[in-house]
Order: sequence, then C-alpha cells, then structure tokens
Amino acid sequence: MKAFTTLTGIAAPLPLSNVDTDKIIPARHLKTIERTGLGKHLFDTLRYNADGSENPEFVLNREPYRHAEVLIAYENFGCGSSREHAPWALLDFGIRCVIAPDFADIFHGNSFKNGILPIKLPREICEQLMDDARLGANARVTIDLERQVVVRPNGEEIPFEVDPLRRHMLLEGLDEIDQTMAHTAAIGTYEAMQASDKPWLAGPGTTALMDTAR
Amino acid sequence: MANAPRTLFDKIWAAHVVETLPDGTVLLYIDRHLIHEVTSPQAFEGLRAAGRRLRRPDATIGVVDHNVPTSADRLTAVNEPESALQIATLERNVAEFDVPYIPLADARQGIVHVIGPELGLSLPGVTLVCGDSHTSTHGALGALAFGIGTSEVEHVMATQTLLQKPAKNMRVTVEGTLPVGCGAKDIVLAIIGQIGTAGGTGHVIEFAGSAIRALDMAGRMTVCNMSIEAGARAGMIAPDETTFAYVTGRQFAPKGEALEQAIAWWKTLPSDADAVFDKDVTIDAATIAPMVTWGTNPEAVVPITGTVPDPADEPDPERRAQLQRMVDYMALTPGQKLAGTPVDVVFIGSCTNSRIEDIRAAAAIARGRHVAPGVRALVVPGSGLVKKQAEEEGLDRILLDAGFEWREAGCSMCLGMNPDKLTPGQRCASTSNRNFEGRQGPGGRTHLVSPAMAAAAAVTGRLTDVRELAA
Repeated sequence: MKAFTTLTGIAAPLPLSNVDTDKIIPARHLKTIERTGLGKHLFDTLRYNADGSENPEFVLNREPYRHAEVLIAYENFGCGSSREHAPWALLDFGIRCVIAPDFADIFHGNSFKNGILPIKLPREICEQLMDDARLGANARVTIDLERQVVVRPNGEEIPFEVDPLRRHMLLEGLDEIDQTMAHTAAIGTYEAMQASDKPWLAGPGTTALMDTAR
Repeated sequence: MANAPRTLFDKIWAAHVVETLPDGTVLLYIDRHLIHEVTSPQAFEGLRAAGRRLRRPDATIGVVDHNVPTSADRLTAVNEPESALQIATLERNVAEFDVPYIPLADARQGIVHVIGPELGLSLPGVTLVCGDSHTSTHGALGALAFGIGTSEVEHVMATQTLLQKPAKNMRVTVEGTLPVGCGAKDIVLAIIGQIGTAGGTGHVIEFAGSAIRALDMAGRMTVCNMSIEAGARAGMIAPDETTFAYVTGRQFAPKGEALEQAIAWWKTLPSDADAVFDKDVTIDAATIAPMVTWGTNPEAVVPITGTVPDPADEPDPERRAQLQRMVDYMALTPGQKLAGTPVDVVFIGSCTNSRIEDIRAAAAIARGRHVAPGVRALVVPGSGLVKKQAEEEGLDRILLDAGFEWREAGCSMCLGMNPDKLTPGQRCASTSNRNFEGRQGPGGRTHLVSPAMAAAAAVTGRLTDVRELAA
C-alpha cells in the first residue's frame, strides 16, 4: 500500500449526503479481475450522459477538479455495498482523501486499506471546506496526517481524529497481512483450543464438500 | 466486571478473540468464509503475488451468483465476456487453492446468502464473512456475520482472522402482532424508515421482541439482510428453538452428539436480561403496514397507503435538493399516492426475498390471477434447492400459469450485473434490498416491497395494497 503522509491539492466539492457505492461505481463496472483502471467509471451515472458523453455540470468534469486529490462530501458517504471497487475507483482517479461528517463502516475500512484517508469532521466544518473547495485551483487544501490537521487555504488548521493503528499503517504504508502474519502462533493456539472446545465448529472439510459437489 | 451482563454480540465476539492489540484492536477469528466471483479475484491475485496460501480452505466455500444468467439455457448459452472471465477466474482460483466450490451446474448453486444457511454452513455462534455487504443475512441464525472488502477477503484467506474494533450494541425491539398482509420485509423497511440509512452505523443491531421471535427463519434472514441498509455492521437474532429446528438435518450442520453439544452452547448465547445496549429502539408491530419505497435510498419509505413527500416542506436546502432529485429520478409527483402507480417490471428474488417462504407468499397472491398486460414479472429462486422444492410444491405451475417467468437461481435483477436488468425509465416493484439510482440497471426506478406486495403489483399492473387482494 502506498504510504500517506501529507498531501496538498485541489479539493472537489460534492455537496451530497448518502453517496452510495452504486453512485461511486455502479455494479455493471465491477466485472474486472484487476484493482486498477476503474477511475474512468468513478461516479459513472453522475459523470456521463446516457450517450456516454461527459456531463459538463458534474464537478469532476470541470477544471480544476479533474485534478482533484481530495473530495468533500456530506453525511453517510460510501453507504451500500462492500465493494472495494469504490475506493479503487477513487484512487485510480487520483483521490487520496475524502472528508465528510461520517462514513459508512465498510467503505471507511476499505479506504484505509488502499491508502485513502477518510476524515470525519463536523457538518459545519465540512460546509466551510465545501465553500473553500468551490474557490477552485487557488484554494488548495493540505492534509497532514502526521500532525492530524487539515489546513484550509487561509492557513487555519483543523485537527481531526484518526484511529492510531490505522494512522500508523497509512504513514508507513504497511501491509496488514504481513502485520497479522506475525501473530501466526497465536492463531494456531486459538485454532487448537477451538478444535478441542467446539469440535462441531470444524469446517465441513474440503473433501466432504468436493465429493458431494460432484 | 468479570460477570458483567453481555449481549449476544459481546458473547460471540469474546469467543473469537485471538489477541487484543495494545490499542484495543482485536484479531478476530473467522469460522466461515464465503466467496463469490466478483469480490475475490483481486484477493486471490494478492495471495499469489505474495506467495501465500489459504490458511483454512476447509472453512471456505465458493459459489457463483452475481454474474450468472438466470435463463434456462445458461449452461450452454454464451455469457457476457467480462462475466465469463470472472467466473472462469473463480474456477481457476478455487482449483489452484483447493477451495470447495459449488459450480453453476450443481443443484445447490444459488445466492451465497441463501445457500450458506440452507446447507448448514452458517450456524449460530459462528463468525462468518463474505465480500458482500448482505452477509448480515446470516445473523438471523445468531451468528456474527458481516460484509468485508476485497483486502479483508485476502486477509481472511491468508490468516483466517480480521483486525477489528468492537462495534457498539444496538437493539431494535419489535413488540406485538403484525397486521394481516405484513411480513418481515415490512418490518425491516419500517425500521429503516424510522432510524434512517445511517441509524446503525458503528453498531451491530440485535433484533428482538415478540414480533421478531414469531418470524420463521426466512423472515429473520430478510430482516438481518437489510441491517446494512440501516448502516449497521451486522444484524443478529438470538438463536432459539426455531433456529435449532432449522439447523437440524442440514447437509453440513453438526449432527447427533456434536449437534447436542453445539446446541448446549448456543443456548448460552442470547443477551443477558440486564445487558446494556448503547442504543435502544422499540417499534409497535401493530403500527406497521405493507411498506413501499418511493425514493432512491431505503429510508425513503412509506406505507402503501402513503403519499410521495413534497420536497418544498423540507427546510434544509441541501436536503430539499436531494429530495427533489429523488422525486425527479423516480418520476413521481409530490403528494401523489403510491398506490395505483403503474409498474413495468416485477422482480421477486435476491438474497432478501428468494427463499421458499417468499415464493409461497408470491404464489398465494398469484394463484388464480394473471400478470397484468404489459408487465414483465420474474420469479428467481435463491438457490437450486429452493427451486426444486418450489417445483415439488407446484408453485412453479401456479406462477407460470399466472404469467410469471420462473427462472434459475442467482442474484438476477437485484444489481444489474447480469443479463436481468431494467432499461432506462422502467419502473419496478422489487423484493430486493437497494433502490439506489441505477441499481437494477441504468435509469431504472425501483420500489422495494415484500414478495406479496410484488406479486400484487404484478397482477394489478400497479403498486397495490396487498390487503385489498388477500381477502
């Protein structure tokens, strides 16, 4: 995973609440076996007209927001499905940070795992950042994960909270599976205990399933 | 606080803690992992790239559901190339990593959230995950079941664990007797209408109360299935005699002495009487009516006797604009009665409502009636086994005679990833779980309803209060 330390860039205003994962990337574009290349389908239905042409009204089709690295939105961002294609599409477009009053849980977790920082800030602050973002290219916002502050174009610093472990993983760009692999012995101990306490919990077994599947 | 009262969630969580990290993050053991073609290819690719293997292939099972056609000729017909590639990729991956797999030709193939409980893979007290948000369905058995992203799919494959922070506890109690014509779908839509699409964020919802206890397992699955639509991490219902009876005899469920041992533990799982919930909501079942969504998220829901809200009544400008967008997208008029709105398509299926009980409810309305002219009505059983049972009961005949399509198992028209989808502008009464813009196909308009309400819409050609037909 790509590390996230600080970022200064253009923020795109998306003043919508309940931006669902079908809106971020519709299911018909999930038919890939890759993680990359999904940026072109980001916000597909908002971004393109029925004939496939760009909707000039949509923020990410306008300059300077085609180069946005931060997205400002409202409540319950990322609600709906568990598809990691949503953060993949954001990342592929170039978005590394989403700021909203709150996020749906699965999207929130998926973002961290892909080097995208979701920041929760109160509605009124999101409204200020939304206004900043509307100013365009001259109103760059800085996200400093090390110091846990968002720096507005006017220099004002807004502190934000982030889970310490997730912050650490992002700053270092650590692979979560590698981290967990360090606990392999504990996992083995747990499995042995479960096998003795709850033998009925054993999986049906590869062989049993395979045999009956044929 | 060694003996502090605990919730159902607390108990299952505690039984699966492998290790607690210094910051409170828990390494949580996962007992069952279900995989499908859409959210697994990148996870397998990650394993391959890192030279890792699956830790517990025996606790994993794969099936194809999202992309598969539901037409009778689907074993021989040519699928969309991208779908075919995802399916072929899953088949290659399960073979390479030795994962049990139920192929399309297997009689047990179906929607992952239908076949898990049906085959006895989903059990009370287990932790179960799948790269699909509707994994919350399995919580109906008293399991801790939740949807995960593909990175977490890979994490479970490699380690059989997940790094998790404990969720908060929320209880939704539905007391009393449901009015005639109402079912589990109406309960859960009413709940979401009350608490909103983010009402459960950060929480695991335990559904309780006499109206929940009275539900059969299919109904409980419908309720838990849609907990994610309220933003909850998971939904759960305490296991009881209904649960034990359901589990008994299922193909991969424990049997004999092992079952007795399991039930003894399962009986200890229900929340302690004095357990404390971070959030508590109570709903009077008697106030619930057959529900229908009018907008483009599941909280935009009213009783079928209700009307489309007027955005002009909303003081907040942002919210007003969003309500207006919903009304426009759905091509409705503020103040309009929902009942009587003409539909083009009726979809009875999805992991929310495709079990035998749902098919029976639809058939009961369809019997002796006919699908209205110009309406396309699809019935898509959740699994091959559901389909077989329905055919043994003669439900397929009733539905076919009434002009419904009787199709093969799969996710079908729930999500527009396979050939079953709405065309732009089509209006659909659907038993699925999401009415987001374009969910069932670009430009499609979805009204979420129960199976009985969907069948009523099919035979009348418009959104209809099923109570007017049932008599």
